[in-house]
Amino acid sequence: MKKQIVKILTELRPEFDFSQEGLDFIEEGMLDSFDMVNLVNDLDSTFGISIDGVDILPENFATVEAIEQLLKKNGAK
Amino acid sequence: MDFVFKNKRISGILTILPKKAIKFEDEIENYSFSPAKSMKLKLAMGYKEHRIAELGQTSVDFAIYGLKYLFDNGLLNKDDIDALLFVGQSPDYIMPPSSNIIQGHFGIKEDCFCLDISQGCAGFEIGLIQAFMLLDQPAVKKVVLLNAEVLSPRTSRRDRNSWPLIGDAAAVTIVEECEGGNTIYANVKMDGTGAFALNIPAGGFRMPSTPETAVMEQDSAGNFRSKDNLVMQGDDVFNFVQREVPPMIEHLYEQSGIDRNNVDWYMFHQPNKFMLNKLADKLGVSREKMPANIVENFGNASGVTVPTCISYNLGNKLCNSEMQLCMAGFGVGLTWSSVMMKVGNLIFNEIIEF
Repeated sequence: MKKQIVKILTELRPEFDFSQEGLDFIEEGMLDSFDMVNLVNDLDSTFGISIDGVDILPENFATVEAIEQLLKKNGAK
Repeated sequence: MDFVFKNKRISGILTILPKKAIKFEDEIENYSFSPAKSMKLKLAMGYKEHRIAELGQTSVDFAIYGLKYLFDNGLLNKDDIDALLFVGQSPDYIMPPSSNIIQGHFGIKEDCFCLDISQGCAGFEIGLIQAFMLLDQPAVKKVVLLNAEVLSPRTSRRDRNSWPLIGDAAAVTIVEECEGGNTIYANVKMDGTGAFALNIPAGGFRMPSTPETAVMEQDSAGNFRSKDNLVMQGDDVFNFVQREVPPMIEHLYEQSGIDRNNVDWYMFHQPNKFMLNKLADKLGVSREKMPANIVENFGNASGVTVPTCISYNLGNKLCNSEMQLCMAGFGVGLTWSSVMMKVGNLIFNEIIEF
């Protein structure tokens, strides 16, 4: 799942290296709120889910681990 | 706050749109973002084109144009109007009220209750509830609800948060008493602690417009706007809608006893397609039942999006049949409101251009 997440992030913002550990994507300015919208659409279609709107908060997109947790919470396998 | 009404109906809806349509692609250069990124946003949010009023056209002009069309075509008799409600946040003047100006323009009788309501995104639902309350009075048989918004002159064209989605429009909805009508269920909630999530800082008495308030400033996301312009805290509004609207609709099901599967259409306010799709998924209703094509084709004209959605998607079908509609508006205030009612056998349900 982590590999797929990194792939989606890289397609969205190819100028950044999302595989680097210890980065906070939001604090580092790698993702803004409009990126999150596109990211949610990509994650929804890739994993066949619909991420709950109340979960679309910056902290849930700050790291690959946070995104993985978000996906699992919303039914991704 | 819950409301129940009986023996009232909507008998006609007319939507008035500006003729001028501007495509999203034609404005990409205004924004401080790469065209590729803006195009991705277009797809996600459903921005195709929006209708913008000509310079000098106001919300009152649109309302007057719509009413004149109805009078000229014999669809409404001005002597039958017992109340005139004007709902919007872009009035011609701080004083007098827009509803009085419109009453005077047409020479509508003095026994007419004119009222301006300062509401935006939930303005259709708030206006309907006010109309139903007035119709509980024996003296009031017919209410004309005018939703009108021309906010484009107060929105920065270099603000990607607001400009791509903004639209100008008006709607005239006739609300009247009837016998044996179905019960109407409605609710309203408000939270003034979030009042500034959507606001125009300057131009009122608190901060009058001056040359200083007209100076363009860049925000942290790269958008340019002045204090005379609309400010939309998009993230806050999105979170508020996702948090508050689904429970409101669940409550409306309980309140009305109407199962979600028995609702023919969900006619919701349309800030963007992404937000609506998330609401549909959360409520467990198909996205087809909750059209998201108004912001895409015409833009978001605050309280006018719901009547536009009804006119555009149902048109004449609603003149020959009756459907169960669940309507909802949410936004500035913060205000969120919903109405569950049967709508049908309308005298008119159409869109005209001004």
